[in-house]
Amino acid sequence: MQTILSIATDAFAYGMALFIICIGLSLTMGLMRVVNLAHGAFAMIAGYIASYAARDLGMGYGVAIFLAIIGTIIISIPLERLLYRRIYGSPELTQVLMTIGITFCVIGITNYFFGPTLKTIPLPEALAEPVDLGFRTIAAHRLFVMACGVAVAFGLWYLIERTTFGTKVRATVDNAAMTDALGVRTQVIYAVSFAIAVGLAAFGGVVAAEFLPIEPYYALRYMVIFLVVVSVGGAGSILGAIAACLVLGAVDTSGRYLMPEFGNFFFYAAVIVIVFMFPRGFFGRAQ
Amino acid sequence: MQFVAQTERMTAAPVAGRRRWSRDAVGVILIVAAGVAGYFLFPDSLALLTRIIAVALLVLSLDLIVGYCGVASLGQATLFGAGAYAAGIACVNGVTEPLTLIAIGAVAGAAAGLVMGAIMLRAHGLAQLVLSIAIVQLAHEAANKASAYTGGSDGLAGLFVGPLFGVFEFDLWGQTAYLFGLSLLVAVFIILKFVVSSPFGMLCRGIKEDPIRIRAMGAFVFPVLLKMFVISGAVAGTGGALAAISTQVVGLDSVSFELSANALVMLVLGGLGTLYGALIGTVIFMGFEHVVSAINPFHWMTMVGALLIAVVLAAPGGLSDLLDQISAGKKRNSGGRP
Repeated sequence: MQTILSIATDAFAYGMALFIICIGLSLTMGLMRVVNLAHGAFAMIAGYIASYAARDLGMGYGVAIFLAIIGTIIISIPLERLLYRRIYGSPELTQVLMTIGITFCVIGITNYFFGPTLKTIPLPEALAEPVDLGFRTIAAHRLFVMACGVAVAFGLWYLIERTTFGTKVRATVDNAAMTDALGVRTQVIYAVSFAIAVGLAAFGGVVAAEFLPIEPYYALRYMVIFLVVVSVGGAGSILGAIAACLVLGAVDTSGRYLMPEFGNFFFYAAVIVIVFMFPRGFFGRAQ
Repeated sequence: MQFVAQTERMTAAPVAGRRRWSRDAVGVILIVAAGVAGYFLFPDSLALLTRIIAVALLVLSLDLIVGYCGVASLGQATLFGAGAYAAGIACVNGVTEPLTLIAIGAVAGAAAGLVMGAIMLRAHGLAQLVLSIAIVQLAHEAANKASAYTGGSDGLAGLFVGPLFGVFEFDLWGQTAYLFGLSLLVAVFIILKFVVSSPFGMLCRGIKEDPIRIRAMGAFVFPVLLKMFVISGAVAGTGGALAAISTQVVGLDSVSFELSANALVMLVLGGLGTLYGALIGTVIFMGFEHVVSAINPFHWMTMVGALLIAVVLAAPGGLSDLLDQISAGKKRNSGGRP
């Protein structure tokens, strides 16, 4: 019972960490139909900025997160203007190649400037302390990640389902040409959604750095996991992304607890079974 | 526009059949010439050249799936690794005849292709891509775990291959391995030329262009694509077995996501849907990699990334298409208006 509860809390924390990063990718793929393999690269850029601000410049954790999000969005704007604009509506293979290319460039350039070492983001005292939950103690940071995940999920749900902007976004997804004809500036909607997606990647990259450490090959190493989560959950669905993160987080965490020598074996076995049974993901739209 | 060009090429094929045969003969002669030139120009790096040939077989096999059937895959190294490990395990267990080992690799690759195709063809688009990634990662973990048979992360070492035809020993300089690999590549290339220009190959192209119309015409899509997967597996397995024989080691990297992704990059660099493009892309990519990554691996990543972006933006058909366009433009210039 003790083990089950331990696994459950760890799996929930890990799942929420994955969720914050992946929901941005899910938005890009569901909304703009771009298979953005460079999503992890944006999370990595944010991690480097946060690490530089917090460790080398000695700023606070909150300031570092804020700087990382703003900095990454600023870096992403020219990329969206110059590169992503050209591959909207292209075949998937083209998008995959372009975004893999961007990922490679980001890895090469960041390592040229920051060197090939693991980057840590020092936690504030309040988050580093353990907290007693009754059945076990858990790092306050994990509770913080869980809270962030829930907040992001609720915030996005509110944004998309309850605001005018959300209505325009949903209309653009359903029929971009018709929405354009009705006077909604879909280009602006696309640009803002892309910025939100990148901002979420940046936020997730910093907050989840304890689970997915920031290192030179971050963008490539976790790219596959992010893509898998979105595909399992169904692109564009918040609920699907939550479900996918929790299921895959549970499979991965319990695999590591109970049979650590098998590595990622159960994770990918679960992915194959799920995609085989739900080719469009848990809550994907029929296309 | 691209579609029009494609159909033009397809309808033009039977009419210009004779010209195409002579063109293919010239192509094969060029490949042999380039291979022999490599043998005499770079006698010290024959191991690298043999590795290029093995990877070229992998890229050719990927071209069959991506370029001719339109099924995007980021897990082709599964088939390559299946061939490499099958040949390696057979070799460790006492089968030392090189041709037999190649045959074992091809059969193992074909079997892996059958399984992989059966799983991947169930999904479409993104899910298909993700399935291919999951399959190669799963195969990677399995190969790592079954260290009793595969050597795990240490690699499968101690392959002692017997002499070819009982005469030619696999020497230290890799001369036999290189010439063996080159003749294997040429043989596979000629066979694949027949395969892709057969009615079966045409059907595959048709499925790539419009699967619904092909289905409406009364053809069964799934078995055709599965057949191509098996052929592709056999080619990739041959490449894997060649890599195992020539290096006498099978490492975990032969069944990795990185190799699969690199193979796709090479293919797109050279050009999809032409077998020549696969060869050109492999040689250029691996040649550059050899030179640049020796200086600084991170510069290499930046360069590959920039190259990929440039290819997608400037030459979506790859280098071979660019060459075609240039030569077509020249002809047009010299011969006046068409």
